[in-house]
Amino acid sequence: MALTALSVPALWRLARLEFDRVRQQPVLLYPEGAVLLNQTGAQILELCDGQRSIADIARILEERYHCDVTADVVEYLSQLEERELVRG
Amino acid sequence: MANAPTTLLAEITHRCPLHCPYCSNPLAMVGGDEELPTADWLRVFAEARDLGVLQLGLSGGEPLARKDVEELAEAAHKQGLYTTLVTSGIGLTEARAKKLRDVGLEHVQISIQDSDLEMADRIAGMSAAARKTEAVALVRELGFALSINAVLHRANLDRIGEIIELAASWGADRLELANTQYYGWALKNRAALMPTAAQVSSAQAVADEAKRRHRGRMQIIYVLPDYHETYPKPCYGGWGNVYIVLTPDGRALPCHGATEITSLRFDNVRERSLGWIWEESQAFNAFRGDDWMREPCRSCPRKAIDFGGCRCQAFALTGDATNTDPVCTLAPFRALIDQAVAAAPSTDYHYRYLTVANERR
Repeated sequence: MALTALSVPALWRLARLEFDRVRQQPVLLYPEGAVLLNQTGAQILELCDGQRSIADIARILEERYHCDVTADVVEYLSQLEERELVRG
Repeated sequence: MANAPTTLLAEITHRCPLHCPYCSNPLAMVGGDEELPTADWLRVFAEARDLGVLQLGLSGGEPLARKDVEELAEAAHKQGLYTTLVTSGIGLTEARAKKLRDVGLEHVQISIQDSDLEMADRIAGMSAAARKTEAVALVRELGFALSINAVLHRANLDRIGEIIELAASWGADRLELANTQYYGWALKNRAALMPTAAQVSSAQAVADEAKRRHRGRMQIIYVLPDYHETYPKPCYGGWGNVYIVLTPDGRALPCHGATEITSLRFDNVRERSLGWIWEESQAFNAFRGDDWMREPCRSCPRKAIDFGGCRCQAFALTGDATNTDPVCTLAPFRALIDQAVAAAPSTDYHYRYLTVANERR
């Protein structure tokens, strides 16, 4: 099920966002797996609280980056939703 | 320079109340008095985190056979490791479960043998199924993330649908349906465990359908029966690339089946740091990269996908760990797999027992 700007994403109950001091990189940890993230990815996931919609998240990021990021956020979170790491 | 490892499987003991004939532990096991003491495990977990390890499995044997699991889980949590207790559920009392939750353990994986409780006990070689149901309830009640693991073989594969629904009725977050991998005790019991091709194909269809139906509630991981596949399974992201196994007595292995490979020398965390073992040891470097490969792997484009398959399986079945995993249909030894699949089934199990006779000396 593809996500849209209206989806309200949340991390999977079993997934945890961490900063790995060894790799100096944010990581998403879950049972028997880990996804190494870039800063932008981590910023998106930090905003996924099960309350904000993707449109809300995109608005917050737009204030930081001064450009429309809605399509990028939809695509990024859809990839993680496909792997069952994000629920929408 | 090697990659940083991501995963440590700590087989903290070979002691186990169950006797499952599909156990992947080696036939020669480590006795209780040879096990690494608590302080060494604590040091190794810190070394693992410094090396880049993110995931820790506390496994065995039955990890709860050790009295210090709570202490180990607490240290792992403080290191920031995402820790899974891989247990049969036997020995998980309410007091121990609460303590484990209080020290920060997040995830518990409980094995089940079958949805049919009588058959489950027959496979376990003891009366365990009812107590497992209680352990599952306890884990749910205390709010742990819960995985159920069921190893599949000829005697339970036809009930894969019932096994899935049982795990769903328990509210499991994750279900691993793991077709038997033939190492250690499982290899010894291969003729009794091997499913038919017809069983494998109906089970796959049931798993695919259930995966879609439970999506978003229970994640289903279906581990393929490699003997029935065309290509071998990838070896944990490649030999010495992401994964470390520690035996109960502290030997570091690139794969849990590696002790069978007689040409390898395993260093022990009692004598060497985990970092040295990862970077420098003979065992971890033996099959890193692809310089060791022979044909047909060497010129095969799939070598980047499956790394030539499993070194331990290649050794166990052909006597030479540099051969292509015989599961590969391009491999010269594939006939060994076809013969095993077609072999007459056995009805007797060799149950897994840790005795003085099979203790590693």
